[in-house]
Amino acid sequence: MNNKLYGNLIFELSHEGRRGYALPHNTFGDYKLPQELCRKQDASLPECDEMTVVRHYTNHSQNNFGVNSGFYPLGSCTMKYNPVINEEMAALPEFQNLHPLQPTETTIGAQAVCSLLCRSLKELTGLHAFTLKPYAGAHGELTGLMVIKGYHESRDDKKRTKVIVPDSAHGTNPASAAICGMEVVEVKSLADGTVDVEDLRRILNEEGENIAAMMMTNPNTLGLFEKNIPEIAKLVHACGALMYYDGANLNPMLGAARPGDMGFDVMHINLHKTFSTPHGGGGPGAGPVGVREGLEPFFPQVSPYHGNFAVIMRAFAYILTLGKEHIKEVGPLATLNANYIKESLKDVYELPIEGLCKHEFVFDGLKDKSTGVTTMDIAKRLLDYGYHAPTIYFPLLFHESMMIEPTENESKETIDGFIEVMRKIAQEAKEEPELVKSAPHNTPIGRVDDVLAAKQPVLTYRSMKNAG
Amino acid sequence: MYKYFPHTDEDIRQMLERCGMKTMDDLYTEIPDSIRFKKDYDLPSEKSEMEVRRFFEQLGKQNKPLTCFGGAGVYDHYTPAIVPNLVQRSEFLTSYTPYQAEISQGTLHYIFEYQSMMAELTGMDISNASMYDGSTATAEAVLMAKANAKKANRVLISETIDPKVLEVVKTYAHFQNIQIDMIPATNGATDKEALTQKLSQGDVAGVVVQQPNYYGIIEDFTGIADACHEQKALFIINSIAADLALLKTPGEWGADIAVGDVQSLGIPMSYGGPYAGYMCCTEKLMRKVPGRIVGMTQDNRGQRAFVLTLQAREQHIRRQKATSNICSNESLMALWVTIYMAVMGKKGIKEAAQLSYNGAHYLYEQLLQTGHFTIAFEGQPFFNEFCVRYDGNVDALQKKLTDNGIMGGVKVDDHTIMFAVTEKRTKEEIEQLISLI
Repeated sequence: MNNKLYGNLIFELSHEGRRGYALPHNTFGDYKLPQELCRKQDASLPECDEMTVVRHYTNHSQNNFGVNSGFYPLGSCTMKYNPVINEEMAALPEFQNLHPLQPTETTIGAQAVCSLLCRSLKELTGLHAFTLKPYAGAHGELTGLMVIKGYHESRDDKKRTKVIVPDSAHGTNPASAAICGMEVVEVKSLADGTVDVEDLRRILNEEGENIAAMMMTNPNTLGLFEKNIPEIAKLVHACGALMYYDGANLNPMLGAARPGDMGFDVMHINLHKTFSTPHGGGGPGAGPVGVREGLEPFFPQVSPYHGNFAVIMRAFAYILTLGKEHIKEVGPLATLNANYIKESLKDVYELPIEGLCKHEFVFDGLKDKSTGVTTMDIAKRLLDYGYHAPTIYFPLLFHESMMIEPTENESKETIDGFIEVMRKIAQEAKEEPELVKSAPHNTPIGRVDDVLAAKQPVLTYRSMKNAG
Repeated sequence: MYKYFPHTDEDIRQMLERCGMKTMDDLYTEIPDSIRFKKDYDLPSEKSEMEVRRFFEQLGKQNKPLTCFGGAGVYDHYTPAIVPNLVQRSEFLTSYTPYQAEISQGTLHYIFEYQSMMAELTGMDISNASMYDGSTATAEAVLMAKANAKKANRVLISETIDPKVLEVVKTYAHFQNIQIDMIPATNGATDKEALTQKLSQGDVAGVVVQQPNYYGIIEDFTGIADACHEQKALFIINSIAADLALLKTPGEWGADIAVGDVQSLGIPMSYGGPYAGYMCCTEKLMRKVPGRIVGMTQDNRGQRAFVLTLQAREQHIRRQKATSNICSNESLMALWVTIYMAVMGKKGIKEAAQLSYNGAHYLYEQLLQTGHFTIAFEGQPFFNEFCVRYDGNVDALQKKLTDNGIMGGVKVDDHTIMFAVTEKRTKEEIEQLISLI
């Protein structure tokens, strides 16, 4: 790490007897716990003074890369700017100190934020009702599929246990279907990357009465708009199934098209993507689910209270800030940035599918494959130049997938800098392939051994110590 | 141009030109006209930062933060100042799942620390990187039990579990066709005889209990683990994380899976979220755990490093065969409780738990002394929350307390209230509450 001391784990900085806290003195008298119900040994947590803890986590943060550190073109994750004002609003004590079971007359402001966000989401998606309970995108998918299953069950249509998912779909789609007790039927993609309507027709003809829903992302994971969507929705509806919209790629649709108008019945939104709430190293996010009229009675109980309320606060602050004037600029600018990168690099990187993309696109590695330099190598080399890597090896349709999503917040200079570096790496791959293959060189640590981690799992400090 | 959009007109012109386009509309030519959205959104107009601030401050005035004597799964514990300050560091806040280990050691380090601390706290072998919350973690544990069982499809759940957690578990179970069978309660605690009897009927994949239970009672789980294991059922304990500083651990009770919410470790109540769930288990179940896990490894320079591991369980590899559909964890909240546990340390978490315990027992005595309250569950030990029967109208009492700025517990039924006390409550606040009765 950067510095040996601060590369330590907090446990390694612990000294018996040190403390970083001070609590009020006990004024209540001594009450004893029944010993037979107490733990025998204290939990071996660290013992550190306050400043040691502050330095330790400050240093951890400095070994991290965020949107605020630099360009983060991680495809499908929509790493847009997380406005600071939203953080302050979410931390207002009048909201942050509310117990979720407080009498409703004492939480009017908080309830208003929830209903105003629902109202905005309805308008932006063209759907009828939203639940804010799901905690994340995958949780939203699961919730949405539960709505769909609940709907079919209510009509005593219990044969519908299958969900059609394109082969290019996010891994969470089939996984959510399985957790919801449904089976997955894969529909093929055409050479142009969009859903093969003929294959869909075949599936619907063969087993239409077993199909509960079709799940789609639009634009899809290749960043391509599924232009046959009106026809697809018509076919799926004609067989009695519902259309599910995976909102992971909603961003480029702001100002362009609404899932409700495309024919979708149920959808989730990743507030941490399209509505700018921070990704937080992997959460908390929020995955509100919207439905067409008549489906709202089927919202299931997937969380106890009001969802991730502080995330809801941030998303609404974002919508308020942009207003109707600027929210419609989000999609077009994100789309412009993506197309500009694609057009600027397609002479050196393999663009498997030509044409217009939306907020993201996929390269299939370098055009010149003779150097042996892989997408993994390019990703690692990008780290050396101060960029986060794109999403790599997804979607699974290509061997060397590299999915690039710049978002609307990046300036032309930032993007030009990235393009220049991508071209430079392509050049290096030709002239000094070893330099790229052994990257990264400028990061606190080098390439990690994934196999070792999985083969001999060391998952806690205790087992690390025991292993010596 | 806008404050979040850096594009000048000239930038846009040049960028469109590179793409062989003339206008921004050219970016959407493939979208059928019938579904293009051409109107203005029916939303408010843009707001300056000052206006946004004023808007939320005005709305905030319509909330009434109360001195909190409520719990029922969410507790008003104190957050040391350094916790939010460090969590807000933007290198943590604005990063994502640590896919690129070389520039994500900060996140990977703290998740490893989190896993280590949670394993210590629960007395279990391993922990995952966190879940959405305690209710979904419990539901995922039930799914694990079902997946672990060869044929058994029934899960026994104690009636003393938080009803809101139960509802979420039932939702998940319904869609997996898992049969939920409730274990009755006697005097506010799990009826162990009934539990043993139900277990002996066979077809049990798992047993779920809560500690302290929904009514605040510290239950005695002696013998349950053995009874479960005889039937090859997994023993799952949902515990309130902070209370494990003092209580016998799920590991000591012989649990296979320990789950719950970490909110009690200094996370603000925030009207219900975000919190995070924890999931810890025995080493035997390591490859069946849902969610992210971080492990130790080495880099190509021979340095110690941390990395996401055991990913063969996960949705992006296994798709419909994954152990769960969960994609990310609740990382920033895991960081929150990691820093909390680091600064409170071995002694601090015990002291906070003991203060909460003391305060609750003091309030309990004071309430009984008013003559209006009686014990709800005779002889049952409780932690920092307890049920009492009130001789008057519960709604009217709670209304009066609310009017005076106090959240007067959580109503259990028309005669019973549940009060919770944390280390944040002072003697003066308790005296004020008593004076209003």
